[in-house]
Amino acid sequence: MSSEGKGTNRRNFMKAGVGTMAALAAAGGVLAPLRSVENGITLDAFLQQHYRRLDADTLDSIMRRLEEETGKKYGAQVHISDPKPMDGVEYGYALNLSRCNGSRKCVTACMKENNQSRDPEIQYIKVLEMPRGSFNLEHSDHYYEHETVPAKDTFYLPVQCHQCNNPPCTKVCPVGATWTEPDGVTVIDYNWCIGCRYCMAACPYEARRFNFSTPKIPREEINPNQGYLSNRIRPRGVVEKCTFCLHRTRKGKYPACMEACPTGSRIFGNMLDPDSEISYILRNREVYILKEEAGTMPRFFYYFET
Amino acid sequence: MVKDYLVFLWRAVLLSFTGGWRFYTWMTVLTVIAVIGGNAYTRQLAEGLAVTGMTDQVSWGAYIANFTFLVGVAAASVMLVIPAYIYRNKDMHDVVLYGELLAIAAIVMSLLFVMVDLGRPDRFWHMIPKIGLFNFPGSMLSWDVIVLNGYLLLNLHIAGYLLYMHYLQRQPTKLFYMPFVFIAIVWAISIHTVTAFLYVGLVGRPFWNAAIVAPRFLGSAFTAGPGILIIAFQVITRVSHVQITDRAFRLLRHIITASLMINLFLLACEAFKEFYSEELHNSSATYLFFGLHEYDKLVPWIWSAITMELVAAVILVTPPLARRMALFNVACVFAIVGIWIEKGMGLIVPGFIPTPLGNIVEYTPTWNEVFVCLGVWAFGLLIFSWMLRLAIPIMSGQFSKASGINLKQRAAMEGGTS
Repeated sequence: MSSEGKGTNRRNFMKAGVGTMAALAAAGGVLAPLRSVENGITLDAFLQQHYRRLDADTLDSIMRRLEEETGKKYGAQVHISDPKPMDGVEYGYALNLSRCNGSRKCVTACMKENNQSRDPEIQYIKVLEMPRGSFNLEHSDHYYEHETVPAKDTFYLPVQCHQCNNPPCTKVCPVGATWTEPDGVTVIDYNWCIGCRYCMAACPYEARRFNFSTPKIPREEINPNQGYLSNRIRPRGVVEKCTFCLHRTRKGKYPACMEACPTGSRIFGNMLDPDSEISYILRNREVYILKEEAGTMPRFFYYFET
Repeated sequence: MVKDYLVFLWRAVLLSFTGGWRFYTWMTVLTVIAVIGGNAYTRQLAEGLAVTGMTDQVSWGAYIANFTFLVGVAAASVMLVIPAYIYRNKDMHDVVLYGELLAIAAIVMSLLFVMVDLGRPDRFWHMIPKIGLFNFPGSMLSWDVIVLNGYLLLNLHIAGYLLYMHYLQRQPTKLFYMPFVFIAIVWAISIHTVTAFLYVGLVGRPFWNAAIVAPRFLGSAFTAGPGILIIAFQVITRVSHVQITDRAFRLLRHIITASLMINLFLLACEAFKEFYSEELHNSSATYLFFGLHEYDKLVPWIWSAITMELVAAVILVTPPLARRMALFNVACVFAIVGIWIEKGMGLIVPGFIPTPLGNIVEYTPTWNEVFVCLGVWAFGLLIFSWMLRLAIPIMSGQFSKASGINLKQRAAMEGGTS
């Protein structure tokens, strides 16, 4: 190589040196906002496997870790368990639209039971105020505010996850982070979800919510009785949804929304048990499902009975 | 042989940092924008997707809109590959490589746009088959991951192999690239079809759940992609000694004209179906074109897009107008921008408005989101420019294994125009 070439090379190295310095400075500037992140992701959390690949011991240690993290982050003592689906049980829900008065007591009870973020607000149940004489959802009001309910010439249509037999949401998930359990409840592994929100685009019932921010819940309002697949406090950046309160219902209790309903519009139970109230309603009332044409085959039914 | 390759890589690195003042300015500007975008993305990492304008109601926005557009740009490079390799069109042979490089840059950008849209990018490995849990073939998104990465690898191989052979001044062995060229042609159609199926497969969104979406994707892609190439080729001929023949330009003009016509025809078909029957499922289209109640944020955008596409169409089909380079460029830019609006935000956002339960929540990207988008675009252009910086001297024979030419002389030659 000629001496000229060497000179050019040296100059290039100088340039490269200056370039590297600039790149490092730029990298520092780029990464500056990360300094404000409170808790980094631990290696254990990063490497955690899918729920359905965990053995009992590993799952147990994960739940202890999550309890500890909740303690640190929210200052609350919580207990996380993982109740399994019961044999011979398939849950169903029926809602009497003639009785529902739009009080939204179910919405509030659900929020408290399921540790939903208060800021930003996340709610699983939407109560739609519908003008009498129409079933076009585009005529509904999602944000009605009245002194008293029910408002004149309206009826109310509460919508939450319909726990479909043929759920479009689980099909589209690229990582299998959401699936339907044997008792009919569609759940999410909050530690496996990558936050792509494809399931939200797929759901015809608008039943899924995304944690755009870290959930904020006052310490004294945290429900300490938590299920791994249901109401434990969700991490930021993942999708969540109604699970028919599986941490309650798998222990023989009713879902919080049903207990809170002041009008007795909600009927929940085991559809495989012929003596259950839900079975009776499904046999003897003219029940229908929302968006039947979507082919989702919900486990959530509506009927009118005054 | 390995040594030859390592020397090639080293020389390529040196060449990457050599150029005229225009090259330095351009690369610096792009780097600065990319760094600003990187900073905005880091803020999103720190605070969550709450820094975007997206909501539970409109859960995809500018990121996915840009992703969709760029997949189309990547797919469109195939429109150069077919005449070049299958019909042995000599004029296209010289330019096809640049099309492949554009495809590489576009795929990198579209993958980045998916990454920045994820709520948990740290869990990206969950998508890796076996190690993670890859929901294939159930999820169309998993199909998309396969076809996009596959297309990236195919183009990296074809372009990389041809460039290296040129550098060695050896005749490329057909067996080493022609089979991949044929695969890439089918693959290019598939990346855009699969991306369309991401939306088409959703039963709860009538605006997307229509068979016409996939053909429209292809029509618009084959307009915007060649459009970008036409602009890029003019820049290349301006700043280097590479000559692009008039016949190559003419062929690209035919492609862009035909594709734009097809796209407009399909748009008309869609508009007829949505509006003539006056059924309820047309609310999203009504929102997009005319506004729903008092909500009409997208209306000026979509009509600007349609106007631009129509003006472009008129210029392109009128030979006396299209032959004037300035007007022809206007037509290309209008077609590109029109399709970017129409198939970006114009496709993604109305899918969410109204929501399946009839709620209307409008969407406007935040500044942070805009900066992230600009950053990804700048990064993609940076990659494209860098690849051109290497490819142009290789293709013109200035940069080869045998070339004794030293860097300074070359810099002088390259900078000769500056």
